[in-house]
Amino acid sequence: MAASLDPAEGLTARPGRPLRAARLRLSGFFWRHRWAKGLLLLAPPLLAFGLVYLSSLVALFISAFWTVNPFTTDIEHIWNLGNFRTLIDSSAYRTIALRTIGIASAVTLTDAVLAFPFAYFMARVASARGRTFLFVAVLLPLWSSYLVRVYIWRLILDQDGVLNWMLNKLGLPDQHLAYTNYAVWLIFSYVWLPFMILPVYGALERIPHSFIEASRDLGAGGFATFRRVVLPLALPGVIAGSIFTFSLTLGDYVTPLLAGGASSQFIGNVVYSSVGISNDVPFAAAFATVPLLVMALYLTIARRLGAFEAM
Amino acid sequence: MERRGTRWALGGWTTLVVLFLWAPLALIMVYAFNKSNVQSWPIPGFTTHWFHVAWQASEVRSAVWLSVQAALLATSIAIVLGSAAAFAIARFRFFGREAVSFLLLLPIALPGIVTGMALNSFFTFSHIVPSLTTIVIGHSTFCVVIVYNNVLARLRRSSPSLLEASADLGADGWHTFRFVIWPVLSTALVAGGLLAFALSFDEVVVTFFTAGAQNTLPLLIFGYIRLGQQLPVVNAIAFAMIVLTVIPVALAQRLMRDTGVLRRGASALAATK
Amino acid sequence: MIRIRRAHVLAAALAVALCVPAAGISSGNGLPTSIGKGEGQLNLVAWEGYTQPQWVTPFTKATGCKVNAKYAGSSDEMVTLMRQGGGSQYDMVSASGDASLRLIYGKDVQPINVNLIPDYKNFIPALKSPPHNTIKGVHYGLSLQWGPNTLLYNTQKVKPAPTSWSVIYSKKYKGKVTVPDNPIQIADAALYLSKTKTSLGITDPYELDQTQFNAAIALLKAQKPLIKKYWGLASDEIDLFKNGDAVVGAAWPYQTNTLIAAKVPVKDLIPKEGATGWADTWMLSSHAKHPNCAYMWMKWVSTPKVQAEQALFFGETPANTKACAVMNKLSPGSAAQYHCGASAAYFNSIKFWKTPIADCGNGKKDCMDYTQWQQAWTQLKG
Repeated sequence: MAASLDPAEGLTARPGRPLRAARLRLSGFFWRHRWAKGLLLLAPPLLAFGLVYLSSLVALFISAFWTVNPFTTDIEHIWNLGNFRTLIDSSAYRTIALRTIGIASAVTLTDAVLAFPFAYFMARVASARGRTFLFVAVLLPLWSSYLVRVYIWRLILDQDGVLNWMLNKLGLPDQHLAYTNYAVWLIFSYVWLPFMILPVYGALERIPHSFIEASRDLGAGGFATFRRVVLPLALPGVIAGSIFTFSLTLGDYVTPLLAGGASSQFIGNVVYSSVGISNDVPFAAAFATVPLLVMALYLTIARRLGAFEAM
Repeated sequence: MERRGTRWALGGWTTLVVLFLWAPLALIMVYAFNKSNVQSWPIPGFTTHWFHVAWQASEVRSAVWLSVQAALLATSIAIVLGSAAAFAIARFRFFGREAVSFLLLLPIALPGIVTGMALNSFFTFSHIVPSLTTIVIGHSTFCVVIVYNNVLARLRRSSPSLLEASADLGADGWHTFRFVIWPVLSTALVAGGLLAFALSFDEVVVTFFTAGAQNTLPLLIFGYIRLGQQLPVVNAIAFAMIVLTVIPVALAQRLMRDTGVLRRGASALAATK
Repeated sequence: MIRIRRAHVLAAALAVALCVPAAGISSGNGLPTSIGKGEGQLNLVAWEGYTQPQWVTPFTKATGCKVNAKYAGSSDEMVTLMRQGGGSQYDMVSASGDASLRLIYGKDVQPINVNLIPDYKNFIPALKSPPHNTIKGVHYGLSLQWGPNTLLYNTQKVKPAPTSWSVIYSKKYKGKVTVPDNPIQIADAALYLSKTKTSLGITDPYELDQTQFNAAIALLKAQKPLIKKYWGLASDEIDLFKNGDAVVGAAWPYQTNTLIAAKVPVKDLIPKEGATGWADTWMLSSHAKHPNCAYMWMKWVSTPKVQAEQALFFGETPANTKACAVMNKLSPGSAAQYHCGASAAYFNSIKFWKTPIADCGNGKKDCMDYTQWQQAWTQLKG
């Protein structure tokens, strides 16, 4: 990091004596920013950390081109595209990938619809005390176990569960959501909702009130103001939230495992069982490239739309 | 100001969403008192037996302890490395800065299963035996990013001229840190740290791929769920967690409100996974 | 006896294939001659219900060995867990017959000295040196319990009471059926076909050629629309039955016992086509860090009392014949119900789980191996 510091940060040096100039610049820099020394000390562990993470990712995707001996289940380091061929050729894996991406999109959309009015109320209508309450209301579910929250939904949706019990009391017919992909969609929307609300709230809260007043003064109606002023400014927040909800759904296997039905396998389930059950890391790695590529694409678009500033 | 009808509609929607968020939590609490160990509705009777069982079980205690250790260590690493990274990105221009800031988002943008598997392969490859250390490394990946995001957001909104002013007034590095940087950053660190702790404490996917034989609390809960024998114990633990976490959540809330940076806390907390 | 002969062929084939230095192992070198001081900890990979507080808590109290249990839902998962982190994570595994040989030939488990287990001499003859855990007289583990996979049904919703596996393949209970999420389930389909479609010529449900295999898969594909959920965790099936989402399915007796204890009207049976089953072995990892605790554990779980407790809890049959009397004391009539101390004839009527391999003894090496079973299963579930 030190070697590539912007020269503009340092003192001006006389030309022709680059070494000395650099030293001067550096000491000048430290003179101005003494705490930078501490930062430099932290650079090695930070880099090491990044290296471990990155090399892990790279190693994973190299292993996607290897293969597993069917009998010993040892990994054989022979380069081949067999895993990818299986993925492309088999309609089952295609279905699983499309189901995963489809439900992840549905969850993201649902959460955006649920979160936006909520965040808007929280940011622009609620009193200070109401805001604090809503804040805790959103955060508290994050602190109670994810597994327990998924499991409780299974008990709610069961044939003889809480929801049907209530429906019957109201004289309504039973629902049959339990152990279907609808249940998976509903539960995902539930557990990831706070991750959508918070960034949307953050974005809405930052819109200066004067912008909205100006819009009104210029003759825009409520809807026009919303569409032309509020929505564009809140969009980065929505996209930031969508990164979370989309990616979290894409990489999960627990909810489909617990609450899914006969056709509820996600990419995560195949990856999990390939690693945890059949010990076929190369195939799991190959399938894991699908969410990786999808997220890479998603992030690139999100970056264009300025969502990173809102994260 | 919004029209009255709009406000009422928004209020109604918000109420429904709060109900949606909280009804399952309420149910978790009810099931914690379930008399039968197989969970059906309505519950056949009330008992506090499961709290006793949860309190007595040594496996619950050691799992909680392991989770606390892992979360504390991961959060500490995250606070140190995350704020260092945020400083570097916010204050310096260096080669590859853009790439680094993009890469720093990966651990929270990539699905947990990719992170978990990648680290699992790395540990297997380099013959590192799964233990507390590997869990901490796994959790640190996303915890560092959470703190990084919080601190970065705060630094972007605080003017660098504050530091110059401090230097002009004759403060040395330590003084500047103590009286200028720290007050600006402390709430961001508290918010980020708390959230990092909560997410590490509740992490399932990455933990599954990085843990050894010892169970963290979520892994233990998963074991209980798959066993199907003592499910109310799980609910009792969840109950205790909800009650216990009201305190830190409210505390964080207060801290942020007192310093008038509620909204920053919110956007900081948004940087979650 | 056919089963055992085949297993010998299988074992020999495996030994040749992997060039296991059998001589070095059978010399008995390095086997402990006494159990030392406990290491204070024991990490187990077990089936759900095998490490209940009922017998784990007194064990820890008596030996100071703290037990960490990781549950696995299939034999594959057990093998993978035992290999995790270089195999040093877990000390023992309660492997079924379809995992034990893989572990032995993968050198993941080590020979044990059965003379250190006093109750070993009381085991039923068939489980003293069974081919799934004893190779050329070398014991790679201690037999534990065995039992059949059963047909579970809700007595109020399923009438008349079923006698055949056909009930889980018929449209009558569409959307109310559940079967295990496990590739070995293909063997259950094959077992059913071996009785109902004799033209296929299936003699062993684990040794299927392409035609037989395709027939089994076709049967399972036709069954898929009837399935509510493929259960992966024992509690999945308990919840499905308890809450009315399923009324019939393939199960372990563990689920039946848990449901009956919760007063759910269920019953299980071995249908007329017979059943697949398991014979489990506690095996010791080659890299076990707590071998003394492991030996104490084997000693503990083979005592008549613990054997009986576990048998009644899970709903299976103990290896130790002395446990039968204890079973009857704890629950009158249970010894007969679970065929405690069963005859060899009954024992051999169960098609115990084993790993399907290409060379299934017909000289043609054209059977479907387990990788193909796994792939077919994943694609079937889709």
